[in-house]
Amino acid sequence: MTEPLLRVEDLHVEFVTEDGVVHAVDGITYEVAAGRTLGIVGESGSGKTVASMTTLGLTRSQGARVSGRILFEGRDLVALPEAELRAVRGNEIAMVFQDPLSSLHPFFKVGWQLVEAVKAHRDVSKAAARERAIELLGLVGIPDPDRRVDSYPHEFSGGMRQRAMIAMALVNEPKLLIADEPTTALDVTVQAQILALLERLQRELGMAIVIITHDLGVVAEMADDIAVMYAGRIVETASARHMFASPEHPYTWGLLKSIPHLAGGREEELTPIPGTPPSLIHRPSGCHFHPRCPYAQPDHARIDPQLEPVADEPHHHAACLLESQLRRRLWAELGSGCTPEQAREAVGLPAPPPHPERHAPAATAAGEPSGPVPEVGL
Amino acid sequence: MSRYIVRRLLWGVLLLIIVLAVLFVMFRVLPTADPAKLRAGRLQNPKIIAEIRHTYGLDKSLPAQFWLYLKDLFLHFDLGFSYYSGAPVKELIFDRLPATLSLVIGGAIIWVVAGVSVGIISARRAGSRLDRASMGTALVLVSAPEYWLGLITLYLFASDIGQVRIFPGAGSYVGLTTDPVKWFTSLILPWLVVAAGTAAIYARVIRGNLIETMSEDYIRTARAKGLTERRVVLRHGLRSAINPIVTILGLDIGVLLGSSVLVETVFNIPGIGRLNYIAITHADFPIVEGTVLVAALFIILANIIVDIAYAFLDPRVRYS
Repeated sequence: MTEPLLRVEDLHVEFVTEDGVVHAVDGITYEVAAGRTLGIVGESGSGKTVASMTTLGLTRSQGARVSGRILFEGRDLVALPEAELRAVRGNEIAMVFQDPLSSLHPFFKVGWQLVEAVKAHRDVSKAAARERAIELLGLVGIPDPDRRVDSYPHEFSGGMRQRAMIAMALVNEPKLLIADEPTTALDVTVQAQILALLERLQRELGMAIVIITHDLGVVAEMADDIAVMYAGRIVETASARHMFASPEHPYTWGLLKSIPHLAGGREEELTPIPGTPPSLIHRPSGCHFHPRCPYAQPDHARIDPQLEPVADEPHHHAACLLESQLRRRLWAELGSGCTPEQAREAVGLPAPPPHPERHAPAATAAGEPSGPVPEVGL
Repeated sequence: MSRYIVRRLLWGVLLLIIVLAVLFVMFRVLPTADPAKLRAGRLQNPKIIAEIRHTYGLDKSLPAQFWLYLKDLFLHFDLGFSYYSGAPVKELIFDRLPATLSLVIGGAIIWVVAGVSVGIISARRAGSRLDRASMGTALVLVSAPEYWLGLITLYLFASDIGQVRIFPGAGSYVGLTTDPVKWFTSLILPWLVVAAGTAAIYARVIRGNLIETMSEDYIRTARAKGLTERRVVLRHGLRSAINPIVTILGLDIGVLLGSSVLVETVFNIPGIGRLNYIAITHADFPIVEGTVLVAALFIILANIIVDIAYAFLDPRVRYS
């Protein structure tokens, strides 16, 4: 394989707070090749946003402790001085955020904000930058762009604002676009439009995309590869095809079983994952997922699982302490419509040791869970 | 937008009429002494008093007097005559307006520049020693009464009585057209005193607002664009953080134009505040009434300007 566009190696990001050290990102490794799409999936508080913000050095101003390497075309962004990193931001790597209304400055015209993005990296005249802004607004499908360029963000609908955010991100033709929950704040019908837009732009401009989401439906449509994050770590990574066909990690199973399928019909039972994501200050011992895992065994609270290759499937890794064969059988049972308890009994696995989290009110994977998730102010 | 401005202007006129009614009641109806007698001065006899009463319409009914009062005011800006000197109040006020304007506008420039810059620096280094020192100083300046601060600065720096004689002291004011250099130096101490408290408030407001604004999503967007931190703070952050300052700036200037009594008295500056102070000691009602009216006028005007400025500053206000 050729040199990837972005290679993140053993990235750690920590925040020191009054309550203790928040281990927001705990040693993650992934790569994105030019022109490909990586989906990073996880509940809120899993560290997926912090990881991507760190790529652009945006956690620096929040006093984050960062270690590991973020290699972008061979340059280590973690070690890059601020001035050089600034030349990368919004130019070679651009970012689209979750809430397009609060992410656009309310007091400046949309066009002005795009022009500013152009002029931050290109020495062009104001008129040329404005031309470019209008061109991009047209490209992302904003009707009447030479008039709308002078509108304020509050005059745009939610979908149009996100289109404007995307236009702003693409104005300098980045090689990598990081989209952090780009459709979460939007109506369902608009969500599909925005995803289709991103796919079209990726084809036309040939950029790589990292899409961060808690919505498996989004990555199913867009991603070539998927990484599932839990409590600051990647617990499973695979191509999108393998991830949906033969997921290996109980957390991934939980995510897949808690979203409805059209084919499943009205009778399909959804199985939520019990409990809430763990605090990133006081993380559970051993496998961080063991308090919520229906298949946990006593020694899983002791042993810390590593991301290991999955047999027969290239580029598929999972961090789970269960036997590989056992996992295949469990997934087969779940696939035939069993509940986690039925599947566990079918393969003859003892019941997990009691843990308060397993009886706590469930948080569905599709919705953002509420609960004691430490907010890392981003 | 134009409808918004018209609505603000009409509201201002209504407010002015209410203020005038209050003034009328306060100075024409409530005083126990007969205005005609006060006007007549020492050489009074019933005939003169009756004459005065007739000339000034004091023999008419109160509503008729109010109407007359409004008419004189709106048509001729007639504020009556001083009981004490007999000079027209309008002229007395216009004569003293330049001194007050000099004091207030110069002070405003100082308090905006000082307040905003200290606020920005404090916000960017929140928690540092510099931040704590400047916020501590700000607290002292907010709490210090103006007249006390005035006397202290005179004691320390005035060229006649000061410990370190570097600035002209009380009573040194010269008009701008007479001698610009002397005008400037004579106003340095009054400007600093007038600006101190307000600058301190502005610094604290800017600091708080900027710290809050810098955690907004659109600041993250600005950083993600690859802008310099300087531009992120001064363009994107300050643009939002400064809005409330613009609002209170108009009001602060308006209020001070009508009530710079203490500083003008301490520094012996012949402005409206001092005119008012002297008139009060002489029970010279027409002057007091005139200065209060001018003060109210400034405040109403400032309010309208602030409202309109706010619509320009925040595009979201314009359309709602």
